Amino acid sequence: MIRRFSFFNLTSVTLGFAFLYLPIVLLVIYSFNESRLVTVWGGWSTKWYGELFRNEALMDAAWVTLRVALLSATVATILGTLAAIALVRFGRFRGRTLFSGMIYAPLVMPDVITGLSLLLLFVAMGFARGFWTILLAHITFSTCFVAIVVQSRLVTFDRTLEEAALDLGCPPLKTFFLITLPIILPGVVAGWMLAFTLSLDDLVIASFVTGPGATTLPMRIYSQVRLGVTPEINAVCTILIGIVTVGVIAASIITKRQEVERRRAERMAMATP
Amino acid sequence: MAGKAVGPVRRSFAPWTDPASKPFIEFRKVTKRFGDFVAVDDLSLIIYEREFFALLGPSGCGKTTLMRMVAGFEGPTEGQVLLDGQDLAGVPPYRRPTNMMFQSYALFPHMTVEANIGFGLKQDRMAKGEIDARVEEMLSLVKLTPFAKRKPHQLSGGQRQRVALARSLAKWPKVLLLDEPLGALDKKLREETQFELTDLQQKLGLTFVIVTHDQEEAMTVADRIAVMNQGRIVQIATPSEIYEQPNSRYVADFIGDINVLEGRIASTGNGVVRLECIGTGATVEVDQDLTAAPGDTAWFAIRPEKISISLDRPQNGTINAVEGEVWDIGYLGDVSVYHVRLPTGATMKATVTNRSRLVERPITWEDKVWLTWTRDGGVILTK
Ligand SMILES: Nc1ncnc2c1ncn2[C@@H]1O[C@H](COP(=O)(O)OP(=O)(O)OP(=O)(O)O)[C@@H](O)[C@H]1O
Ligand SMILES: [Mg+2]
Repeated sequence: MIRRFSFFNLTSVTLGFAFLYLPIVLLVIYSFNESRLVTVWGGWSTKWYGELFRNEALMDAAWVTLRVALLSATVATILGTLAAIALVRFGRFRGRTLFSGMIYAPLVMPDVITGLSLLLLFVAMGFARGFWTILLAHITFSTCFVAIVVQSRLVTFDRTLEEAALDLGCPPLKTFFLITLPIILPGVVAGWMLAFTLSLDDLVIASFVTGPGATTLPMRIYSQVRLGVTPEINAVCTILIGIVTVGVIAASIITKRQEVERRRAERMAMATP
Repeated sequence: MAGKAVGPVRRSFAPWTDPASKPFIEFRKVTKRFGDFVAVDDLSLIIYEREFFALLGPSGCGKTTLMRMVAGFEGPTEGQVLLDGQDLAGVPPYRRPTNMMFQSYALFPHMTVEANIGFGLKQDRMAKGEIDARVEEMLSLVKLTPFAKRKPHQLSGGQRQRVALARSLAKWPKVLLLDEPLGALDKKLREETQFELTDLQQKLGLTFVIVTHDQEEAMTVADRIAVMNQGRIVQIATPSEIYEQPNSRYVADFIGDINVLEGRIASTGNGVVRLECIGTGATVEVDQDLTAAPGDTAWFAIRPEKISISLDRPQNGTINAVEGEVWDIGYLGDVSVYHVRLPTGATMKATVTNRSRLVERPITWEDKVWLTWTRDGGVILTK
């Protein structure tokens, strides 16, 4: 049976999507604008993309952002995975409630507070602010997101698998790499991607803890926009949207293909008992 | 039956009767608590080298817990578990010469059947060629050679169970712990695998401990059986002793079919026990040495196949005989089971071998019949 959409439903869905995507579509279209003025359409052109690659300040910022995102996502994934294991595995150790509370706190903490407190810490410790302090800050706040994603995968993990490996003579650390990690890998990868995107678009925390010579892309964009939106900014945002879209599509294709493969394998198993 | 084919070797195997034999696996006054719950209760048990030992008992009585203590996944709360005279406390699972087949199989989902079976051998740094040969051998043992490249989720339940069995067997461990290893297999495959198991165990001189809910399987494969209840062992004996001389109503009831009549001891001594059954009016006379005082409550237990059924009143009246009415007849092919209602309202079962192809039984529904047995047919139990 086909459900007919009522007029009301149709309008609200259309409005909702328009609200979500219209600004993005506009931004993409205006990035191909010939005119220097953002609000005036001057015909199609890709010249702002060329301009963008000659804009050293923007390219530097992009490079900093990329390095921070890759490094912080990787370190946060390792730390977050370890934290998730500690939370799921070690049952009721002393101070477990405190530990899990501390893991989750950054999730609900306003960015301003996280940024400010980290800044105070770095100042107190006499850290030279710049690339490394941004990296540390990003590791700190994305670790908890990774921990939560990995934890949800770990709770469904059957521990007798590890016992079976131990039983067959495999020491604990090797068991982790041979058995546990491959099985929870989808969770770990998802955690990494989350950490990567969080780092990519963080503005507030980075602004607090940065120092001379380390400007991230969001910071650069924000400061330029305050002087007026330029078509270059539209171009750089379009590229970012492209990267994110490709990432999301790739991820969904991978999971889809795995699903299909599993189904086919199951059918095969049924056919020849 | 298939497993009995190893006959002559096994007939002479009885280290438990020899006080000089050395224990191999030993539980010394072991208690295991989970919080307040006592899963294993002050249990002592000795299993000998090369023995095929079966654990039998209702769900939740602590069978898996016992095995996990040998494998090293649980430590005893009190007492000691020893292997070959050595206390196992503090020895991690990966350093114990034991392998376990898990009740839940625990196959590695991201590895093929082959890789699963070879996993333990690889940990021992065995040469590649040797591993392949052993895996091949194990695959053919469990009849899964065509499935070597599959992943566990591409197998049926019974196939998975066989992979789990092959994986635990592959290292030829000194002690193999099998937690319900054949439950998901059909009868024919189960009997074949039982045979393969006993054969391998004899050939390699391994010690097997098996948990099973199938009594026939325990009887077939095991040298000795332990019947457990609520974390304790009720009786340890050879299959025939467990069946013919249960030490309590619990064991009698648990293994096979049995009729139990309650009564009071009339006399004991000179190897004869007399029991007056309440209500039925029967007197039971059994050749048995028993320490009990006249007047004590006791139970007479007898297997259905040891009861004769006839339409005629026996000559010696109510000694080892009761009267009743045929209530139901169960036809099982090789035998028929007669359910006979006694005047007390209780029913007794008697099995009769179907020697002729007649469909009509000479004794039929609502016939008045007499059930009789011999003096060595049943046992008197005091608990
Ligand atoms: N980790 C645990 N925590 C708490 N209770 C447990 C734990 N493991 C086992 N038990 C309890 O101990 C008892 C014995 O468990 P066990 O698994 O040994 O039973 P079993 O004899 O193997 O039963 P089955 O035939 O159903 O497999 C059960 O009542 C179970 O609930
Ligand atoms: Mg069990």
